Amino acid sequence: MSTLPSAHPKERRIIFGNVSEPNYAPDLETYLKHGGYNEAKKAFTMKPDEIIAEVKAANLRGRGGAAFPTGVKWGFIRRDDGKPHYLCVNGDESEPGTFKDRIILHQDPHQLLEGIIITCFTLNIHLAYIYIRCEFTHAKAILEKAIEEAKARGFLGKNIFGQGFDLDVYVHEGGGAYICGEETSLLESIEGKRPYPRIKPPYFPAVLGLYMAPTIVNNVETICHVKHILRLGSAEYAKMGTAGDGGTRIMCVSGDVMRPGTYELPVGAVTMGELIFDICGGLKPGRSLKAIIPGGSSSKVLRADEVFKIKKPGPDGAMVEQETKLLDIVLDAASVAAAGSMIGSAAVIVMDDSRNMVWALNNLNQFYAHESCGQCTPCREGVLWMSKISTRMLAGGGHENDPKMLHTVADNIAGRTICAFGEAASWPTQSFTEKFAEEFAAAAGKN
Amino acid sequence: MGLIMTLTPVTQSSQIPPALLEKIEEAITHYPVSKRSAALPLMHLWQNHFGYIDESGIEWIAAKLELQPIAILEIVTFYPWFRQTAPGKTIIRVCRTLSCAMAGSYELHDQLCKATGIDSAAGHDHGLPTSPDGKFSVEFVECLASCGTAPVCMINNDLVEKVTPADITTIVAQHS
Ligand SMILES: Cc1cc2nc3c(=O)[nH]c(=O)nc-3n(C[C@H](O)[C@H](O)[C@H](O)COP(=O)(O)O)c2cc1C
Ligand code: FES
Repeated sequence: MSTLPSAHPKERRIIFGNVSEPNYAPDLETYLKHGGYNEAKKAFTMKPDEIIAEVKAANLRGRGGAAFPTGVKWGFIRRDDGKPHYLCVNGDESEPGTFKDRIILHQDPHQLLEGIIITCFTLNIHLAYIYIRCEFTHAKAILEKAIEEAKARGFLGKNIFGQGFDLDVYVHEGGGAYICGEETSLLESIEGKRPYPRIKPPYFPAVLGLYMAPTIVNNVETICHVKHILRLGSAEYAKMGTAGDGGTRIMCVSGDVMRPGTYELPVGAVTMGELIFDICGGLKPGRSLKAIIPGGSSSKVLRADEVFKIKKPGPDGAMVEQETKLLDIVLDAASVAAAGSMIGSAAVIVMDDSRNMVWALNNLNQFYAHESCGQCTPCREGVLWMSKISTRMLAGGGHENDPKMLHTVADNIAGRTICAFGEAASWPTQSFTEKFAEEFAAAAGKN
Repeated sequence: MGLIMTLTPVTQSSQIPPALLEKIEEAITHYPVSKRSAALPLMHLWQNHFGYIDESGIEWIAAKLELQPIAILEIVTFYPWFRQTAPGKTIIRVCRTLSCAMAGSYELHDQLCKATGIDSAAGHDHGLPTSPDGKFSVEFVECLASCGTAPVCMINNDLVEKVTPADITTIVAQHS
């Protein structure tokens, strides 16, 4: 794995602070030299409700895809309901375009363990699983070594930090299936069952989760942020971000830019244009921008010349609607949502004018066709149809109404499935065919 | 009446070494609430040791976890990572998804298949596409969470980033 280049002046590396240090190693001693476990110790001096209040005030939103407020999610757990509670950390990292959790899991495992300890103490959890995708073949050994080290120090296991609190953490490897990133599929996977997402309601695993007990599922990066909320204090942490979306967010940029990579930026500190041109070095020589997928392959594509109506605070502080160009979109959850897409897992895929949009959509359609778990008929059948249609369009054998047909199939998946994979699979097709209608029309009906 | 000879293949479950058994017992302890949860970990241990999971493996794991064999079979067939037939000695997984495809992963896959003598159009519904000499399996996989260093592939357990045509020659030579 490549080491991170030196930070851009706009970056503020909190989660990636350690791994940016020269010669940083994933062992306990190195972590301790970098302020490791200070906040875990601090947590035991606080009241659990106080910690939840801090996480809420910090405006931390989940970094796994849905940007759900973490403090609110935690608030669903009733600490003293007499039931067992569990934590499942989502390290499945399989949303195309996303490559940040990989770095934490391999290079700074103790930071994650510290976040887990704080979370578990807060929510009265004594058993936690770290779910990682099995393609991270070395991560399991790295995490298990870190767990052993922490146990030997009394930071995990029985009576941790001498506080009379027990906590066991184990690593659970997946089997190469994207669907296991969906939180209820992940739970079924840990239970050893065929990982079909669960029927909702209940909408939150905090009601019925692992082994039908209240469970918190959070992304790896989300859990790491908790340490820094306690370290900086919620006010300071929230201040880095925008209203309702605090802290830093690790942006993963890939595709047609000069310097793809991970960039940890205060939420809302830069616009899309600054990210691509100032931070990522712009496009390849002689190229112009065509499209951007802003939050992982499942988020709706944005077209280079689109103008969005986005509400921003005006001179008197009141929110006014402003016409905003793609490159002027501020990178926070609310602004990207206002542009009709989502910040998702903050995975920005950039496409320049050399790219064929039918080809790009077909690539994604093949992904969803391969990854549908097959539980719901509209999704199981629909994703395959979409993939077949875009494939035949590319091969030049399509029908004139193929773009419309693609859109119709997508419309009949979204909203008709048990889990959000249905939307994830439909949004690319809906947005590509709408926004690049001319290109799809030109590719259709060639026979 | 002629003599009917049946060849009894050596089953995997008749060859479990003590070290593997020890790891299996340890993995089960990670799931104090439900033994069934150890299904995936046991499948990983099994496949890491034997290279794939045969019928005896499915039955053995099921019996170990007090399940019907179908409970294991239905997850062996669900997850792309698991296989029921022997793969090549070196397994190469090429990322197929968008960022890698934009960086040339289809060409990479073609080149790898050509260099190892594998039909690049072969699907993997019936085991991994494997070279006739059994030295290589090459398959397309979905996003490996390393899109910033596309195109990427995995050579057995190791990730290779920013793969170039020259790398392919080296990789194939090294593992031949
Ligand atoms: C199809 C699908 C795939 C998902 N994949 C992931 C993933 O790989 N990693 C992740 O953290 N969340 C993923 N999620 C989101 C999770 O369901 C869940 O919202 C998230 O882990 C909650 O953590 P957070 O609140 O910290 O973001 C996925 C969701 C869906 C619908
Ligand atoms: S697209 Fe290849 S690693 Fe993500």
